Amino acid sequence: MKRIAERHLWREIAATTRASGRRPARSSWQQQRWSSVSQRPGSDRVHFPGAVNSRFTTALNFARATEDDAMPTFRILDQEGRVIDPSLEPQISDEEVIKLYTDMVSVSVMDLIMFDAQRQGRISFYMVSAGEEGIAVGSASSLHPDDPIFAQYRETGIFQHRGFTFDDFMAQLFATKDDPGLARNMPVHYGSTKYRIHTISSPLATQLPHASGAAYAVKLQNQLNPTDEPRVVACYFGEGAASEGDFHAALNIAATRACPVIFICRNNGYAISTPTLEQYRGDGIASRGVGYGIDTIRVDGNDILAVREVTARARQRALQDAGEGKCRPVLIEAMSYRVSHHSTSDDSFAYRARVEVEDWKRRDNPITRLRKWMEDGRGIWNEEKEQTLRKETRKNVLTAYRKAEKEKKPPLGSLLRDVYKEPTEELLEQAAALKSVMERYPDEYDVAEFVGGMDGLKIDTHNKKKT
Amino acid sequence: MARPSPKLKSVTQLLFARPASRGYASHPPNARLNTPTDYGTTPLLHHSSKSALSNVELPAEARNGTTSRINLFQAINSALAHALRSDPRVLLFGEDVAFGGVFRCSMNLASEFGDDRVFNTPLSEQGIVGFAVGAAVEGMKPIAEIQFADYVYPAFDQIVNEAAKIRYRAGTNADAQSCGGLVIRMPAGGVGHGALYHSQSPESLFTHVPGVRVVIPRSPSQAKGLLLAAIASPDPVVFLEPKILYRAAVEHVPAEPYMLPLSKAEVLKEGKDVTIISYGTPLYTCQTAITAAEKDFNCSVELIDLRTIYPWDRQGVVTSVNKTGRCIVVHESMVNAGVGAEVAATVQEKCFLRLEAPVQRVAGWSTHAGLAYERFNIPDVTRVYDAIRKALEW
Repeated sequence: MKRIAERHLWREIAATTRASGRRPARSSWQQQRWSSVSQRPGSDRVHFPGAVNSRFTTALNFARATEDDAMPTFRILDQEGRVIDPSLEPQISDEEVIKLYTDMVSVSVMDLIMFDAQRQGRISFYMVSAGEEGIAVGSASSLHPDDPIFAQYRETGIFQHRGFTFDDFMAQLFATKDDPGLARNMPVHYGSTKYRIHTISSPLATQLPHASGAAYAVKLQNQLNPTDEPRVVACYFGEGAASEGDFHAALNIAATRACPVIFICRNNGYAISTPTLEQYRGDGIASRGVGYGIDTIRVDGNDILAVREVTARARQRALQDAGEGKCRPVLIEAMSYRVSHHSTSDDSFAYRARVEVEDWKRRDNPITRLRKWMEDGRGIWNEEKEQTLRKETRKNVLTAYRKAEKEKKPPLGSLLRDVYKEPTEELLEQAAALKSVMERYPDEYDVAEFVGGMDGLKIDTHNKKKT
Repeated sequence: MARPSPKLKSVTQLLFARPASRGYASHPPNARLNTPTDYGTTPLLHHSSKSALSNVELPAEARNGTTSRINLFQAINSALAHALRSDPRVLLFGEDVAFGGVFRCSMNLASEFGDDRVFNTPLSEQGIVGFAVGAAVEGMKPIAEIQFADYVYPAFDQIVNEAAKIRYRAGTNADAQSCGGLVIRMPAGGVGHGALYHSQSPESLFTHVPGVRVVIPRSPSQAKGLLLAAIASPDPVVFLEPKILYRAAVEHVPAEPYMLPLSKAEVLKEGKDVTIISYGTPLYTCQTAITAAEKDFNCSVELIDLRTIYPWDRQGVVTSVNKTGRCIVVHESMVNAGVGAEVAATVQEKCFLRLEAPVQRVAGWSTHAGLAYERFNIPDVTRVYDAIRKALEW
């Protein structure tokens, strides 16, 4: 009846139009919703409401995508770190370049240490960003710090760039009392109010329609506060996640509601073991953006300066005509290669050749490419600075690591709090039931690692959190 | 203006017009119990202004105000209009809501509040709910409409894994990252001829999900107060509207805005021998059955409207059953793992020594909503009457 209802709706609209002998009365929302279905005699164009400007043809040709028409990949630096087109010489201060580089190296150094920490059983899980540091850091550097971000999980560089300290990372990874997520989420599921990054969740692509809705909210808020810096929303996802229905839902609704959102796809060639040939047969993710009526660009994800420039332009484009309430979504497909295993639970050599991975590591990655440009192009970097940076970073990661390792976990009551804003009578009863069992079988439970031990299980009403 | 010509029947009228001659609306000529609900006289509706304003749950302004006699879709419309008028963060969207909605719940709202706040979305339930969650976590109060509860499943992931868990996973970030204010409205329940995909009551699928509130009103005045409470709630709410009542249930509704408490059951009729717990449309069936049973068996039955199905008013129900010693749960949706199972288990646990008969569940059979069989599937007056009899005779 849902589908039938729509047909009735169209009949109703058509009948209204016929009865009144004119097009439906105009108001702004109607004009947007209805298109004229009339067609002039002899016209060479179709005026069906579903395709208002399609030319008639007698050539029976199926449209077909070929590899020859693949959307080009924008880059500024070549693999040797040289600026290809002098007109694209990056307008960026030394300080900013060094920040980009330091952020990428920080993520990379922390990744190596935490990957090993998982292998040693110190944390339960980890996912590295190897090969994709440039996409996260480069794009984040072109956003306004107040732009809300929705991430998938392989975007540690965003958190690094926005100000996360190693202490912040470690609190989440080790699920300590300082983890804002109160030790509820798996490692690398970071989130921050301060840095306006929504808490990461495991279900893939669910954040895409969130980003569309958040961007719609931000658009209305931009209009309400015209003196503030207008904001956009950024949303990250992998090429595998783009196969989910939520990708389709998100891009379509973002386009129809003119949402200022930048969708940033990390196309790294693999979704766990699945290569892109088994993920899609079109021209990557970028070709789909055009189908939704979304401005789209493909960029070399190993070229952080290109990612940065593309994101800056995308941001401008998303807000173009924002004063008239006309924003638009933009899609960026950043091409890279997932150098690492998918996660600590994955051995990627079970489905791809070690030599292929080694080749990518050696030949091209965003860190070495930017370093070449910093050394040869700008002359602001050298081996000594490199060694110092790496040594210092490693030391700082390990300091935070050792500190977090000794921290207690949040109070046990965090298991049952925050399900609703106020604890329900049922949850209070369950907290008491759990406490009762633990008291009667004290040897069966170790509560020492939780703040407050057994007392931490006490749940206050009115949302007062015990710490 | 954007209103369809009054001469034309609305989509809903086309879809759900029920002339008396229709076979599926008829009742057996000699039926004493299974007769149509007379919404014009049922004591569950306020037939006078005085009755409507005497509700002690109403705030003083509403009690001292006036009423208007409206049906359930008009009450929803009134609540939506008030919410949109009083809070610029409120948005209303879904499939076909801009022209007024296929059930007319959003009539005139797009023209009054503008396309920015009341709008159509593409036809994608996961998109609608995902979009709503995103708007909510960025500070808006989105009211998302799913055209029929039967079509909520594409959005199940967004409701269960996202909306329900966002506050919990955000932890201390929850003040800035929760979806309070999010309401997902959906018409639900049997409508006589909705068959498989226009009849479902999926509430129990959501009562298994900590983090969402599940609300089902029984009448226009309840719908208005509970919907405004849902919009004000700091937790996401799944709000199911019994679509058969959209036009059928007409009563005096206080004109002032007001909220009714969530997670609080309402005792509709006091009694001492049996407690019947239900919600939504079957309450009318129960009321008719109770009238007949009390006369025939000289008993007294207490009728409770759960109103919020989860987190539900366990104490209110337990108090009642501890008084009466007998308990029947009635709902339209399938009996297997339905709301009745949760209520019965809780009653068994908390009223064990007081129970004088097994807890009975009178619910839809564990099958699908076949078109021609609705009146044999959804609990009718006879089945509830028979359950009362069994409880008393045990």
